[in-house]
Amino acid sequence: MSIRHGLLALLERGPRYGSQLRTEFESRTGSTWPLNVGQVYTTLARLERDGLVAPDGEDAAGHTLYAITDTGRAELREWYERPVDRANPPRDELSIKLAMAVGAPGVDIRAVIQSQRHATIRAMQDYTRLKATALAAVESGRSGERDDVAWLLVLEQLIFQTEAEARWLDHCEARLVRLSLPADRRAAAPEPPQAAAETPAPHTTRPRTARTRRA
Amino acid sequence: MPDQRQPQQPVLQLERLVRTHGSGATEVHALRGIDLAVYPGELVAVMGPSGSGKSTLLTLAGGLDAPTSGRVLVEGTDITAASRKQLAALRRRSIGYVFQDYNLIPALTAAENVALPRELDGISARKARASALAALEEMGLIALADRFPDEMSGGQQQRVAIARALVGDRRLVLADEPTGALDSETGESVLALLRSRCDAGAAGVLVTHEPRFAAWADRVVFLRDGSVVDETMRSHADSLLSGQAGGQ
Ligand SMILES: Nc1ncnc2c1ncn2[C@@H]1O[C@H](COP(=O)(O)OP(=O)(O)OP(=O)(O)O)[C@@H](O)[C@H]1O
Ligand SMILES: [Mg+2]
Repeated sequence: MSIRHGLLALLERGPRYGSQLRTEFESRTGSTWPLNVGQVYTTLARLERDGLVAPDGEDAAGHTLYAITDTGRAELREWYERPVDRANPPRDELSIKLAMAVGAPGVDIRAVIQSQRHATIRAMQDYTRLKATALAAVESGRSGERDDVAWLLVLEQLIFQTEAEARWLDHCEARLVRLSLPADRRAAAPEPPQAAAETPAPHTTRPRTARTRRA
Repeated sequence: MPDQRQPQQPVLQLERLVRTHGSGATEVHALRGIDLAVYPGELVAVMGPSGSGKSTLLTLAGGLDAPTSGRVLVEGTDITAASRKQLAALRRRSIGYVFQDYNLIPALTAAENVALPRELDGISARKARASALAALEEMGLIALADRFPDEMSGGQQQRVAIARALVGDRRLVLADEPTGALDSETGESVLALLRSRCDAGAAGVLVTHEPRFAAWADRVVFLRDGSVVDETMRSHADSLLSGQAGGQ
């Protein structure tokens, strides 16, 4: 986990004390990943043990300051340059849940999917609103802080992540519906029954680019 | 927020709306009794698998098709009971429609396209143009006023289509996959405009397959096989984030 590197990155900007690090970390990530002071001090202790930071006296108010060491700087460079490990994808509760729900007795997998979709879209609604606010702050230049830009990027990451989840849920549902159709109906399914007497509504056979793209 | 809106009259109200195509063996239940109210200031997104009835819902709401049973009220008027003439007038004065593509008339400039519904409504060409320019100005699109559709990007055309949907005092915009053919950045600009028009008091119904666009709405309604199966409300975002557990 990168609290370690997050703290090193903040310390590269100059010596800081524990609760200050926590505040700055949260203002960049918009308290998406809240840290408690305890975590900050534990991490600082480990960084100090590993020689990546060192105590650097006290400020006027008596807070113990920490400074990054040369080893710490090298470690930080290396972190920026090294891609985040994708070889061992983190365990994902949702995919485990759906994997278990397939064919599970008494479980309505479409209901499981819908309740997750509800939660996911709702989270996206919230992120989107926060994003609109952050974007307005950045664009008006009102904030003048790089923290707003950092926060915006974090929010957008959350939006893309939830979007991927929502799309995957749509896909799972469509896949399950297709697989559950008997073969003869499956062949007939794409053709909607056509009532000859009906005047064609404007949308009847309009091809949809979106669907082609999603296929 | 819906709690402030409840006492207001919905701009759009669907009551037990049913649409069945054909009969007997070829019968298709496109909508099976939909209830939905959209209030001023609200943007509602409609999502659902292909064939679930989303476009049907919009065409009925816009008076482009008639329900098998049930009612559609636009600003309190039952459009299913209106005469052909009344319906045409309602469509010109109250309802704006935005499709996936082919929204603008190619031979007319942006300003002329936006002025069209008002001119059709019998307003003088000069007044119609003035209100079209006012609408374009208000939506940050004035630079496009004298361009023809083929001189605008897809996203610009869709934004002009939204301006046309909401010109004058029209307050209901019905949009069926308005971002369908656009890339995600351009699609976002169309949504941002729709959102800001709703924040300014219009009511919008947006059909979309894209969760990221639906997320701009106040409410997301999920259709499946012609019925509403679920609906999300917007929660208070700040409490959501501060309540979230540490991750990653
Ligand atoms: N004129 C018609 N005659 C017969 N059936 C129709 C007609 N118009 C629509 N339908 C059927 O009604 C159902 C709902 O169609 P609708 O176009 O509303 O779906 P949709 O949710 O908009 O789908 P998509 O996401 O593919 O645009 C479908 O089963 C469709 O085949
Ligand atoms: Mg459709």
